[in-house]
Amino acid sequence: MIEGPKDRYSRQERFYGIGQEGQQKLARSKVLILGVGALGSALAETMVRAGAGQVTVIDRDVVEWSNLQRQNLFSEQDAEQRLPKAVAAARRLQSVNSSVKVEGIVADVTVDDIEEYTRGSDLILDATDNFEARMILNDISARDGIPWIYGGCTGSSGISLTVVPGEGACLHCLLDELHPEGETCDTAGIIQPAVQMTAAYQTAEALKWLSGRQHALRGTLVSFDLWENRHVAVDTSKLKRADCPTCGKERTFPFLSASSHPRTAVLCGRDTVQIRPPKAQKLDLAEWGRRLAAYGQVDFNSYTLSLRTGDYRIALFPDGRVLVHGTNDTGTARALYHRYFG
Amino acid sequence: MRILLNGRDTVLEAEGMTVADLLSSGPWRGKRILVEVNGEVVGKSDYAHTRLAEGDRVELVHFVGGG
Repeated sequence: MIEGPKDRYSRQERFYGIGQEGQQKLARSKVLILGVGALGSALAETMVRAGAGQVTVIDRDVVEWSNLQRQNLFSEQDAEQRLPKAVAAARRLQSVNSSVKVEGIVADVTVDDIEEYTRGSDLILDATDNFEARMILNDISARDGIPWIYGGCTGSSGISLTVVPGEGACLHCLLDELHPEGETCDTAGIIQPAVQMTAAYQTAEALKWLSGRQHALRGTLVSFDLWENRHVAVDTSKLKRADCPTCGKERTFPFLSASSHPRTAVLCGRDTVQIRPPKAQKLDLAEWGRRLAAYGQVDFNSYTLSLRTGDYRIALFPDGRVLVHGTNDTGTARALYHRYFG
Repeated sequence: MRILLNGRDTVLEAEGMTVADLLSSGPWRGKRILVEVNGEVVGKSDYAHTRLAEGDRVELVHFVGGG
């Protein structure tokens, strides 16, 4: 028998967990992927190849050479042309599977407009690179009843948690405050297997949810380190908080109000953007100096730390306030902030 | 006191250390962490009065942020 396009999903339909009925459900589903860097590339490729009905990717960044080692939707040409990731990804995804409705949106998703993108989605896959975005996502998920799947990776390690509104602990039950931590892919490096493993945990759960096999969901938080050869699965249901501001009885969705996020301001005429965390910090600048030394020239005294990297100079104050010199663009400044401060 | 910390035999200098003490030491300080002791997850409000004992299996799960 000669195979044709109709056989595209035959192996997935033959798999007992999905079957033809599951495949049909998947083909009617809409999945939103926030971020299309390393995780987003892996997630989007799997969902498009698997035959989800609609796959939307959103990203604010452009393709750079340092992305190519792990961001598997992008080519050297994309990096040469510094194409927006969402554009390059959508092109590649559409050529992989023309029957999926693929959408690439170039945007810096903020609390003000996230609902525009999440509305109507059956599932949201997290491929962001910061907890500010994840907490907004966690709130909108709880408010609008859309499940989401957290994924994060740095170095050789990764973590994932499936959050289904009304069931189990949400991310806010597990993490109650946001503070800059300083370990990101730009500071700790990352290897491709950590990306692929994290994405595999996320997409396996996505296939279960979208093919109507909710009973098969994992029900634990998983964490692994492929270099240290560790793997743990933690039952987090006991940490579900009755008073959680996101999923508890008297919930207020605090991350959907602007006051809980870093505030950004352009300092007029100075080619500088200021970013102020929601709560004042007491940072040890000497420790931050050591962390950031690999990424540029660092100078500090007890009042301020300065990092020169590329065209930018970044000043960090002990209260967590950051000045990004060399740009008037808040999106660029926020991207740099998340790159170095998590 | 010896514990198994993230799968590794680890010697803690102080006896009767709490989870809160452990988290305020070394590389864990200031990180987003979820704690499991002997297979049971420990809530934040219990960190200060959960004492570690010889032979405990402790998992510190780091909420990594990269994507």
